[in-house]
Amino acid sequence: MYSANFDYHRAKSLSDAQRLLASNPGAKLLAGGHSLIPLMKLRLASPSAVVDIGRIPELRGISKSGDGIRIGSLTTHAEIAASADVQKSAAALAEAAGLVGDPAVRSRGTIGGNVAHADPASDLPTVLVALDAKIVAIGPKGERTISADGFFTGIMSTTLADDEVITAIVVPALAKEQGSAYVKFSHPASRYAVIGVAASVTSSGGTCSAARVALGGLVPHATRANAVEKALVGGGLDTTAIGTAAAKVGTDLGNEVTGDIFASAEYRTAVAPVYVKRAIAAAAARAGLA
Amino acid sequence: MELSVSLTVNGRRYDRQIEPRLLLVHFLRDTLNLTGTKIGCDTSQCGACTVMLDGVAVKSCTCLAAQADGSSVTTIEGLAPDGQLDRVQEAFWEKHGLQCGFCTPGMIFATKALLAANSNPSAEQIRHALEGNMCRCTGYQNIVRSVQAAAAAGAR
Amino acid sequence: MATTVAAPARIFGSGIKRREDPRLLTGTARYTADITLPGQLYAAILRSPHGHARIKKIDTAAAKAAPGVVAAFTGADTEGVLQCIPCAWLVPGSELKVCPYPPIAKTIVRYVGDAVAVVVADSAQQAYDAVDLIEVDYDPMPATVDPEQAVKPGAPQIHTEAPNNIAFKWTVSGGDIEAAFKKADIVVRDRIIQQRLIPTAMETRGALAHYLPATGELTLWNTTQNPHIVRFIMSLVCNIPEDRLRVIAPEVGGGFGSKIPQIQGDFITVFCSMKLGRPVKWIETRSENYQSTTHGRDHVQDVEMAATKDGKILGLRCTVWAGMGAYLSTAAPGIPTILHGLMLSGPYQIGAVKEDVYGVYTNTTPVEAYRGAGRPEATFMLERVIDRLADELKIDPVEIRKRNLIPPFDNGHDVVTGLKYDSGNYQGALDKALTHAGYAALRNEQAEARKKGRYIGIGVGIYVEICGLGPSQVAGAVGFQGGLWESAIVRFHPSGKAHVFIGSSPHGQGEETTFAQIVADELGVSVGDVKIVHGDTETTPMGWGTYGSRTTAVSGAALAVATRKIKEKAKLLTSHLLEAAVEDIEYENGKFFVRGFPDKSKTIQDIALMANVAWNMPQGMEPGLEATTFYDPPNFVYPFGAHIAVVEVDAETGVVQLKRYVAVDDCGHQINPMIVEGQVHGGVVQGIGQALWERAVYDDNGQLLTGSLADYAIPRADVLPDIEVLHTVTPSPHHPLGVKGIGEAGTIVSTCTVYNAVIDALEPFGVESIQMPLTPERVFNAMSKKGP
Repeated sequence: MYSANFDYHRAKSLSDAQRLLASNPGAKLLAGGHSLIPLMKLRLASPSAVVDIGRIPELRGISKSGDGIRIGSLTTHAEIAASADVQKSAAALAEAAGLVGDPAVRSRGTIGGNVAHADPASDLPTVLVALDAKIVAIGPKGERTISADGFFTGIMSTTLADDEVITAIVVPALAKEQGSAYVKFSHPASRYAVIGVAASVTSSGGTCSAARVALGGLVPHATRANAVEKALVGGGLDTTAIGTAAAKVGTDLGNEVTGDIFASAEYRTAVAPVYVKRAIAAAAARAGLA
Repeated sequence: MELSVSLTVNGRRYDRQIEPRLLLVHFLRDTLNLTGTKIGCDTSQCGACTVMLDGVAVKSCTCLAAQADGSSVTTIEGLAPDGQLDRVQEAFWEKHGLQCGFCTPGMIFATKALLAANSNPSAEQIRHALEGNMCRCTGYQNIVRSVQAAAAAGAR
Repeated sequence: MATTVAAPARIFGSGIKRREDPRLLTGTARYTADITLPGQLYAAILRSPHGHARIKKIDTAAAKAAPGVVAAFTGADTEGVLQCIPCAWLVPGSELKVCPYPPIAKTIVRYVGDAVAVVVADSAQQAYDAVDLIEVDYDPMPATVDPEQAVKPGAPQIHTEAPNNIAFKWTVSGGDIEAAFKKADIVVRDRIIQQRLIPTAMETRGALAHYLPATGELTLWNTTQNPHIVRFIMSLVCNIPEDRLRVIAPEVGGGFGSKIPQIQGDFITVFCSMKLGRPVKWIETRSENYQSTTHGRDHVQDVEMAATKDGKILGLRCTVWAGMGAYLSTAAPGIPTILHGLMLSGPYQIGAVKEDVYGVYTNTTPVEAYRGAGRPEATFMLERVIDRLADELKIDPVEIRKRNLIPPFDNGHDVVTGLKYDSGNYQGALDKALTHAGYAALRNEQAEARKKGRYIGIGVGIYVEICGLGPSQVAGAVGFQGGLWESAIVRFHPSGKAHVFIGSSPHGQGEETTFAQIVADELGVSVGDVKIVHGDTETTPMGWGTYGSRTTAVSGAALAVATRKIKEKAKLLTSHLLEAAVEDIEYENGKFFVRGFPDKSKTIQDIALMANVAWNMPQGMEPGLEATTFYDPPNFVYPFGAHIAVVEVDAETGVVQLKRYVAVDDCGHQINPMIVEGQVHGGVVQGIGQALWERAVYDDNGQLLTGSLADYAIPRADVLPDIEVLHTVTPSPHHPLGVKGIGEAGTIVSTCTVYNAVIDALEPFGVESIQMPLTPERVFNAMSKKGP
């Protein structure tokens, strides 16, 4: 398959990238290419130009930053999955990054590209919403920090402006007795999430003091499961309590559930509580409440 | 628009003028006539086009040649330039890890990437490491055995 | 066992490494897409986006004006140059309606992917760019995609020549079926959908055609399983005499049936080269492959079995609607008929069978052979309803099979459909599988697990299949428009090295190795001294190709016979050189010697030299050491086996996990056990794919919804257990080496074995039937409807 032709510009720096974006209306940013290139090959996207930001050093790498972990937007899924820091303080993210596509995809695909692409069946957006992560972007008006919860607005749409570049994702540090997990039901062909559930729970002496649960795959964009969270907080984290809370996901899903020829909306709705339950239980186990 | 790129492939430097849309796999196959790298799909699923790009196994169908400018690429042709099979190739031969051979170059690089990270993988780890490389002939079983044999022979 | 069987010797029966591998492992093998000729152009084909539409107008002007474009052609340009694509299996007594299949559609497109136009350009990129510029004005028409619905009144009519979309109706019957059902204590029924599958050889199809206008000669590199058939059919369609047509199957990246037929793209590529006088290459993209290369299966089956209350099967009756796609592909009509209906009684003693098969046109990609081709669909029906019978009668599924199996036989057994199985020991294979799997222990484990709310299932499947196609007289009688013999030439050079030329065309099955083992075993040469040449019609003798598990079974037999001719000539020459009577010449371990005087001997190398220099030949003996055999098998071969699958179903989600798979297969003597095992692995896994994941889906308009590898799920490494492979050995009595085919064996029963295991797991839920593939949703819904 051959994409339509386009102009190619390689950005040497972040400011260079912004300049190239400004001077090439309709240009698309290219990082690892694992979201954009497949679309272009199928001619579902035919940008007039691409701006390759893949070699901007300041966008790469994982570092501790004040109250959390800062992950440069060019950091690959493989790097995230292998990072001891991420595994320790954002286990769900490491887990999800290790389940994206396949090893070769994870070696090239980047967190920034993944987030900007906002495929509803993608893994990382779900986790970032559950972990209350922040997306840092820079544009003509300067830098801004966007909460992941609210960043994703629809199928492949976000609040990111065309002239903005994601520079980093910041994941807050773990509280005491906080744990997170990601559970995925993969499509057998595409390996995208049919259902993806990320959960982060905090306990205070066995009682759930805080919970964030996010859903992906079966909804148009990564979204919080508010009813589940509400049912969890203040209760225990035993199997029964988790099961009861997970059953509330039906309320959160409403009529927005996505279906396809592999798994209908009805089926996804019916089994969603199971995956929610498993994600919460795994998160609770990591919070020290196995 | 045409671009100048310079890639080192199997140890040799190539300077070429290319269209920006040229994929790395087409650069290898059509521009350099290194046809050992295969194309098995158009959706980044099958892994037949897997090559080493700066030491990392990548799907060369999902990478622009322009992105690889200045990089070093190893293709299947670069593993046994003098005809002496390397340990992974040898293991695939020994354990009947191939039938029609079409997925084999990609499988070998997926194997090399795995063994570089984990010198003694379990069968389950091997199967997961090969999840992005499709084979329709072998049912994967002898490929798993090949990877185990390569690991036992000290392939990295 | 039969006395004609050669005893396995050292090299015959050893799992030596494959000789074809070094080139494949180093990227030096050349597949069609890898070959480039000077002055080569690239073709890109515009395909119909509609399942059924009338073409009102095609405008190629913009495409022709695009950069790098050399030409653009439509169906009108092929008028008088290309004939329609023929169907080559004209099943008798079936009122077959072969409707015209133009290489490029002219007035009506009948499936998504039907070729509409072609652009030829300097580069592939330019060709694809220009294809997008062709404007076609379509008048869409209603489509029909389901073979059962398509025959109903009011369904859209695809061809005027085939009323109600019926391509053929074929019936097989044996015994008194009415009496069997009248006598029955019990009748069990099922409706089975053998969903449409996409073969997905890892190499897509493609062709490189080079026509020389000055001589009228054409060379065609083609990803095919049967280059000699390609030459034959290509000569008919393109009107190029066969003597000016050379077809080369270079390295071929898997076929599984999808590289048997000649498809539109092959003819279009040749046409472009003929028109332009330059080499033209066409290579399918995967998405194009999913639309344009043939699919498999696609049956709707109603089946019923009559039995006594103690589980003795009396009869099997079924009606099958077999989707053919929009046109009849090369061998398509023979697959749901001859290769399917004649195997209805399987390994069991069944006194009466009857099957009505409707071949049905639908607005879908043409259907062809896909690994197993008809036999898996027949085996599934039988192995499924026998489990239903066991369930109804509360008899263990193993026990009910044992009560009905044909007892062991080693030289012919007549079955109700008129076939004569060659040899079989079904009980032996079953016992071995049960013992290895630990069947009784598995049943205990299952019972214990159920108490804990875990659902383990054990599936059993037994099969016998027909392969090694086959006696040519039978081929003719069943309407196959060709022979099914094979040929081999063995040529010894003066240095004692040999070339073997065969007409079949292996593409991953390893015959470059196993065939060298045959020669080495017969004549005492080293495997490394025998080169097997195949895949080029200019150098190899006529042969009908590699499919139907026939290469080792038929081509291998030809080679064995040719090799024995060499041995006879060598004995004659030895007797002359050693001045002894030929009756006194013996052969052992590579040496020809006078009986009682083993030191006085000649090797085959000595003989090769003396025969080639011809300084001292006996009176009347021709020089050279070469033999040719055309081998027409006296019967088919009938491999068989017993498989056991163990699954666990996640009751909360419906997800099926395959935990174990035991395969006991019997292909007679094994030339190379390592290669046999590899064939079983691959075959079993393709069958598992049908049970659990694979499904081609069309919507009502004929849109292929599973149009890429991101939608159509073939098995991946991480979802499979190791296959536990075992064998029994029951040689074929009529084969010179006692071998049977093994290429498809694994696929024949693995689909149903896994299916049976899943249904068994769901026994507490009362589930009797689920449509394949057994996706989590379907399993979940089946459980939910019934409840434990």
